[in-house]
Amino acid sequence: MKILCCVKRVPAPGAKINVTADGSDVDAAHLGFTTSPHEECGVEGAVQLCEAHGGEVTVLTVGPPQAAEQLRYAASVGADHGVLVSTDEVGWDPQRTAAVIREAIEVLEEENGEPFDLILFGNESADSGGFQVGIRVAHGLGRPIVNGIKGIEVSGDGSGAGTVTARRAIDGGFEVYELPRPCALGVKEGLNLPRYPTMKGRLRSKKLEIRSLDLDTTPGGQRRIRLHRPAEQVSETVILGEGPEAAAAVVDVLEELGVL
Amino acid sequence: MSEFPTRANVVVIGAGIVGNCLVGHLARLGWQDLVLVEKGPLPNPGGSTGHASNFIFPVDHNKEMALLGEQSANQYRDMNLSVDSGGIEVARTSERMDELERRMTSAKAWGIEAHLLTPAQVKELVPYINTEVILGGFYCPTVSVVDSLETGTVMRKEGIEKAGCKVFANTEVLDLITDDTPRPNSRRKIKAVVTDKGTIETQYVIVACGVWSNRIAAMADTYIPLVPAVHQMADVGPIDILAETNNEIGYPIVRDMDTFCYERQSAGSMEVGSYGHRPILHHPDEIPSNEEAALSPTEMPFTPDDFDQQMEEAIELMDMLGDAEIKYAINGLLSLTPDTMPCLGEIPDVEGLWSAAAVWVKEGPGMAQVVAEWMTYGYPRVIDAHGADIARFYDEEKSDEHIWARADEHFNKTYGIVHPAEQWESRRHLVESPYRSRQEALEAEFFQARVWERPQWYNSNADLCERYNLSPRGVEWDNRWWSPTTIGEHLNLRSNCGVVDLSAFQIYELEGPGAVEFADRLAVNKIDVAVGRSIYTPWLNADGGFHSDLTMMRMAEDRVRIVTGVFDGGRDEFWTRKHMPNDGSVTFTNLTTEITTLGLWGPNAPQVLAQVCGHDLSQAGSPYGSIIPIEINCAAGGDNRTVQAHLFRISYVGDTGWEIYTDWSNGPALWDALFAAGQELGIRPTGGGVYGTSGRLEKGYRLMGAELESEYNPLEAGLARPRVKAADFIGKEPYLKARETSPEVQCVTLTVEDQTDSAGRTRHMMGGNEPILDLNGERIVDSHGRVSRVTSAGYGPSVGKHLLMGYLPTEMATAGTELQVMYMNELFPVTVVGPGSAFDPDDTRLKS
Repeated sequence: MKILCCVKRVPAPGAKINVTADGSDVDAAHLGFTTSPHEECGVEGAVQLCEAHGGEVTVLTVGPPQAAEQLRYAASVGADHGVLVSTDEVGWDPQRTAAVIREAIEVLEEENGEPFDLILFGNESADSGGFQVGIRVAHGLGRPIVNGIKGIEVSGDGSGAGTVTARRAIDGGFEVYELPRPCALGVKEGLNLPRYPTMKGRLRSKKLEIRSLDLDTTPGGQRRIRLHRPAEQVSETVILGEGPEAAAAVVDVLEELGVL
Repeated sequence: MSEFPTRANVVVIGAGIVGNCLVGHLARLGWQDLVLVEKGPLPNPGGSTGHASNFIFPVDHNKEMALLGEQSANQYRDMNLSVDSGGIEVARTSERMDELERRMTSAKAWGIEAHLLTPAQVKELVPYINTEVILGGFYCPTVSVVDSLETGTVMRKEGIEKAGCKVFANTEVLDLITDDTPRPNSRRKIKAVVTDKGTIETQYVIVACGVWSNRIAAMADTYIPLVPAVHQMADVGPIDILAETNNEIGYPIVRDMDTFCYERQSAGSMEVGSYGHRPILHHPDEIPSNEEAALSPTEMPFTPDDFDQQMEEAIELMDMLGDAEIKYAINGLLSLTPDTMPCLGEIPDVEGLWSAAAVWVKEGPGMAQVVAEWMTYGYPRVIDAHGADIARFYDEEKSDEHIWARADEHFNKTYGIVHPAEQWESRRHLVESPYRSRQEALEAEFFQARVWERPQWYNSNADLCERYNLSPRGVEWDNRWWSPTTIGEHLNLRSNCGVVDLSAFQIYELEGPGAVEFADRLAVNKIDVAVGRSIYTPWLNADGGFHSDLTMMRMAEDRVRIVTGVFDGGRDEFWTRKHMPNDGSVTFTNLTTEITTLGLWGPNAPQVLAQVCGHDLSQAGSPYGSIIPIEINCAAGGDNRTVQAHLFRISYVGDTGWEIYTDWSNGPALWDALFAAGQELGIRPTGGGVYGTSGRLEKGYRLMGAELESEYNPLEAGLARPRVKAADFIGKEPYLKARETSPEVQCVTLTVEDQTDSAGRTRHMMGGNEPILDLNGERIVDSHGRVSRVTSAGYGPSVGKHLLMGYLPTEMATAGTELQVMYMNELFPVTVVGPGSAFDPDDTRLKS
């Protein structure tokens, strides 16, 4: 089966993320970059499906030239192809991004002579969190999409006509969707536990030939005015004591919280 | 948490391995009222300690690093926070195999168990190694893995319990306040530490801030020369064979020396670390705060492209690594300095501000002990730390440009094969001697002494090799950074004469009504002598060990000149300033770049000088040790000026002659005049190879930093005079005590009786701490733990033997004692000449 995974280069989580003085962008001075975590699960899911049923995983990103690093990372965990649509400005709106991805997919599918059996998006990106791109692309392509997916199965070998079964967690259980292929899914963390690259995988990824597509379209209706850091949540730590002497204070706190 | 103090005796900044061990060691030494402030949280504040690989390979060619590494390893063991995993350095090249033989020699010197292994023997210990890519290994069973964070906690606790140390984490230092009242010694004083929690007045501040140290030093307008540099590490796993050990470390650590990588088990994973990637240096301001860092401030985002080659090489050595997952990878930060050594001691500009920086986990506890003892006793007792003394740096070394260039050059030599005489490629000719253009025309081979360039030999003298039938040494290593021309220059000096550029001499003057009294306080020998006399003298530390040896000259009733070597200039200037009275009775002036010095020596030296100066140059007119003002007529050299100079009759090479001191601007005219006058008398420019090695060694002259260290006293060095002056001086009491008994060891010269190795090649020891052994091959160690080792070595052309110097127990220090020296893991027979010199022991030539 042929699977396309769309990924986004985002600042690595875990650190305080500053914005530049003029608010136009994230201050990248101290930042590492990574693949948006939902999409990392998407890549892992795609690789697992192809390992089980045979096939190829193509990873597509729209981003700066440095986003090639995320394509190579995907290759280091098993993706076969990488496609980069380079952008030279930051803050593309979801409509513009979706339009370009759709166009890229059309180019790739025309070359392949067949559609991707499955297109995976992250449920939302880790940085801008627009929740839109996947739906807009699927809609543009006229393919069904379900978001919030944490489980995927395919009928047959996953190629050509057939179905994709997708699970979405809800309170107290999960919903099951059956989609006709070709289709798209927006996946979430929890779909799987993504593997780390092996050293051989990393070295193999160095040989990945990245396909560059030069595509653009007009901006959509959403504009970034400026970025703003919300006030930090202040948490206070009080040391209650050390050793057995602290026990009484701990009991007081637990009582206050209504635990005891 | 205790209330934030407004006063403290000592404020330690930084709670990494060094800061924590410092408060523990200071407490052991009786210090009270300590405060430890740390910007990050405890127990892991986010500095280099938190991501260190935590292993100690105890063998190092450098004495300070080896012994402090061992000292540190033992402190970790004493706290039960260390495991002896063993470690193997593997060789992929024959050059590395030679280096491993050299490491065997250093292991012997320091008494560390070590074995050379065949590839098959390596595999017995490390079953997953690919023996096809290695030629052998150097196995050291006492390589240890330590818990540096827990050690820090334990030592900090000791500081809290013994000295009431108050600890403040999450407390950022914002400024250091100094008292800038001008003082004759030009030193400012530390007054207070300003933090985000309040200001603490104090008289001692110790900067133990690792990669941030220079940023803190800048708050006091001073400089700690280090740069944060990336050391990449990746943790890969899980790996079954490692997990099956059920142990944090069950297999020896492997250092893949030729790829500059190591592989260290960490429970079920392997940590692969590298010093082989491109040097990646950062300014301290580029390091993120704890909040801005995804992991910790010193675990910066991994740049995988830099690590790919290391991965390939690691997989080549251990195939199983290829399928292991990269679970964690960082660009870890550590500290690099311009000369690879740490920055310890009081910072010369600011009284009370101490540096304990550029120290790695492997030597942390030992270095902390060094600094604590230094503060307590005036100098460390555990070891002579002159190589790590922050006062060693000249101004030219205290710039970002210098540190970055040097760190860039030496980062990849961390596991490199570094020759004892290896020269830097970057940052050369930082200080220009007045003779540079002349020396370049003579094809001088320059060696750099800190920031000064000194001709080691002159290739224009290559004809002397024919004259004296000299050829290069047969073994490339022994011949590297060496030329037979230096032997030609030596023999020419002994038969004719030579001129040596001594511009790198560091020259200071003390002046004022208290100058002589103060000078006498610094020196063992009497400085209150007649005007025009010189005094060669040790300077001792408070414990009676050597701080320096140098020459002092009574230039006038109230003026004393100090002339010292370039390697110790910074330390000697600091020592002088530190101890000088600030009551205005003495002024200090550094005249180094105002006065130049040329050495003129050899049997024809008097004839040469006589042509340009009308003074009576006989021993009566210019007695040995005297300083005489003269005029030199430079017309012979094409310059019609008559220059004022001082003739100092002395010799460091064993032939008669003078050091001639004149104004810097007169240097070229003086140089030209001497060479013109000496044209028919065989005069030759002569390099440092003769001055510092062959001439010096034939005479057995001791050198600071080689024979002379704080661990030895003047009696042991053979530099004690028959009587002791009445005036008080630093170290007098222990010196007098030492005189009450005969010295346990004595500094001697030895000759190598047979330089042939097992392959039939003639070898040349280099003075790189090669162990001196008894005839059973056993180390010779005295009751203080001092080991007999080669402190200097070189060929003595006029005695026809390779000469060594070192200390031996007094009973072995007599002429004719037969011993052995290990060099490149082979034994060579040597014979003791004795405490005196191998050449002209009665000094007839230099006093002729």
